[in-house]
Amino acid sequence: MPWYKSTRASYYKHLFRNMIVTIIGVSFVPVFLVSFTIYYAFFTAYQEKINDHLMALVENHKKQIDSFLSNRLADILFLSESDSYGQFRDQAVLDANLHSLRNSYGGIFVDLGVVDADGHQVSYAGPFKLSNVNYADALWFKKVMRDQVVVSDVFLGLRGFPHFIVAVRRFEGDLPWVLRATIDFIAFNNMVENIRIGETGFAFILNKEGELQTKPRYNFNPAQGCYGQFLDCSKPITSDIHIDERRDELDNDIIYVTALLKNRDWALVYTQKRSDAMAEMRWAQRISIFIFVFGGISIVAMAFILSWRMVNRIAESDQAKEMMNKQVIESGKLASLGELAAGVAHEINNPVAIMVEEAGWIDDILTEPEYKNNHNIEELQRALKQINTQGKRCKDITTKLLSFARGSGSAIRNMQINEIIEEVITLSSQRAKYANIEMHSTLQPDLPEIRASETEMHQVFLNLVNNAIQAMEKNGGSDRTIHFKSYVRDGKIIVEVTDNGPGIPEAVLGRIFDPFFTTKPVGQGTGLGLSICYGIIRKMNGDIQVKSTVGEGTQFTIIFPIQ
Amino acid sequence: MAIANILLVDDEVPFVEAMTRRLTKRDVEIHAAYSGEEALEKLAHSDAIEVVILDIKMPGMDGIDTLREIKRRFPLVEVIMLTGHATVESGIEGMKLGAFDYLMKPCDITDLVEKVQAAARKKRDHEEKIIQARIKEITSRRT
Repeated sequence: MPWYKSTRASYYKHLFRNMIVTIIGVSFVPVFLVSFTIYYAFFTAYQEKINDHLMALVENHKKQIDSFLSNRLADILFLSESDSYGQFRDQAVLDANLHSLRNSYGGIFVDLGVVDADGHQVSYAGPFKLSNVNYADALWFKKVMRDQVVVSDVFLGLRGFPHFIVAVRRFEGDLPWVLRATIDFIAFNNMVENIRIGETGFAFILNKEGELQTKPRYNFNPAQGCYGQFLDCSKPITSDIHIDERRDELDNDIIYVTALLKNRDWALVYTQKRSDAMAEMRWAQRISIFIFVFGGISIVAMAFILSWRMVNRIAESDQAKEMMNKQVIESGKLASLGELAAGVAHEINNPVAIMVEEAGWIDDILTEPEYKNNHNIEELQRALKQINTQGKRCKDITTKLLSFARGSGSAIRNMQINEIIEEVITLSSQRAKYANIEMHSTLQPDLPEIRASETEMHQVFLNLVNNAIQAMEKNGGSDRTIHFKSYVRDGKIIVEVTDNGPGIPEAVLGRIFDPFFTTKPVGQGTGLGLSICYGIIRKMNGDIQVKSTVGEGTQFTIIFPIQ
Repeated sequence: MAIANILLVDDEVPFVEAMTRRLTKRDVEIHAAYSGEEALEKLAHSDAIEVVILDIKMPGMDGIDTLREIKRRFPLVEVIMLTGHATVESGIEGMKLGAFDYLMKPCDITDLVEKVQAAARKKRDHEEKIIQARIKEITSRRT
């Protein structure tokens, strides 16, 4: 019977649940803690690594851009020192210089111009018609007159293209003059635009007013003001590189790395979505989640299977224990019954003896001559005889009860069970002959010896034979046999006593070993014969079994252990 | 002369009384004792007792102990064991210790009388032999 159908199903269910919960708990909690700790440490380390990497990248580019700007400035400064104001006013000289600059640096320099103290461009070399343009109001011009050198912000200017200007101021006598060059925006832009990482990483440059100085990879509109929204100019800036993380309106975490350029006029800003920067982390995350989920399912399945099996085992052993308990109780019952029987036998025998003797005394008295002629004398003598007979019957019962209860009454020795069987056959053959029953045997020679009491073995087989004879003589018929068979199987000696008598009805079969159970008429059987057999065989650690079919016969099988 | 002079030992008073009546009627000279100790005392005081009918199960000194003592002190007295608790073993043990025979309670009075007679005869024969031996010894002294 499976445990979930047993009477203790709720107990087993409880046990089952507890086991599952314990197994899952014990397996999961450490996994959780370890995974979480490792994940957290790894996440932090990885984040730092990404930040460091981005900062290094931005710093590198900042240095590159800074050196680009200062180199261009140095070029122009060098150029301005190579000739005099008078020389530069000559268009041909200027053209030649622009030509050589463009040769050396590719298309970075777009044009060259010489501007006098009033802001008039006195000579110009380049693709635009910008001779005699007045720069007096231009920001860069005011700045260069004050600061001697300038790198301007990007602006559209007169030509209508974004560009910026590198200019130096020099003196011709007392009069200042300015040599200016335009830097190609596209060449400069490339330096910044090449900073690309992942899908969302890009860089751009802002001036203090928050205006874009490069063309960003994506449409991007920085807030106006001090470096847009990225740096607060009011706060003193402690480092040139600054990293920050903000959340945009779409709820994405975005990393901003900002580096100040060009004497803090500009800011190089690199921005990337955090999720993009941590893409590899996310991949690792996904794999671990997959492993975790898969492992979790396995643990749960294992917990289920293990607990199921365990509870099955427990239920099985519980059942076995219960059966054993029943057997122990059963044999205990028989034992205490035996003790009781012994006590009863002892106590009953004496009073019965007295009664029989007193009846005998009455009988003695009746033989006196004075009673000789009493007409009731015969009746009285019959009654006394009956008392005597019943007294004998009591004695029979107590004798059998005692032998049932007595335990090892007679000496136990090594013996051949075949010898006992042959003796029993000899002892019963006379009686069997009168009942017209044939007895024969098939005994396996050289059986191992068993340790038993001879009288008990006689008792067992005589009881079986007597029962068989009684059953068969009652029913008559011909070809009646009792067959003995002995053999060894599975390390045990088996003795079968088979008759072809009337058989035992099934309703009775289960009770034949019960003490005082009998089917014989009152006074003929005590109901103890088979109980005694059972007691003797069980005491030897053997077993006695019965198989019977009504109308065909009965077979008793006795199994003796071999010592 | 009575067919035998016997001592009946049993702790069951009514049993002893019934047996006394019945055996007396059958011409048996009978003495009663209700314990092993009493039996030994009676034997010590009376030389006439030939046979002891001894119950095995008695409180205090039981039948087997009493038998052993009787056989030690009065080796010529014959003992018939009477087993109230129907065990053949104790009867057999008694016979090993020198009892003449054993009977189970309740017993047939005729059987009992027969056994008593046989026991008495054996004892008398025994005594006769001893007397003969003595006579022989005395008569042969002269030679």
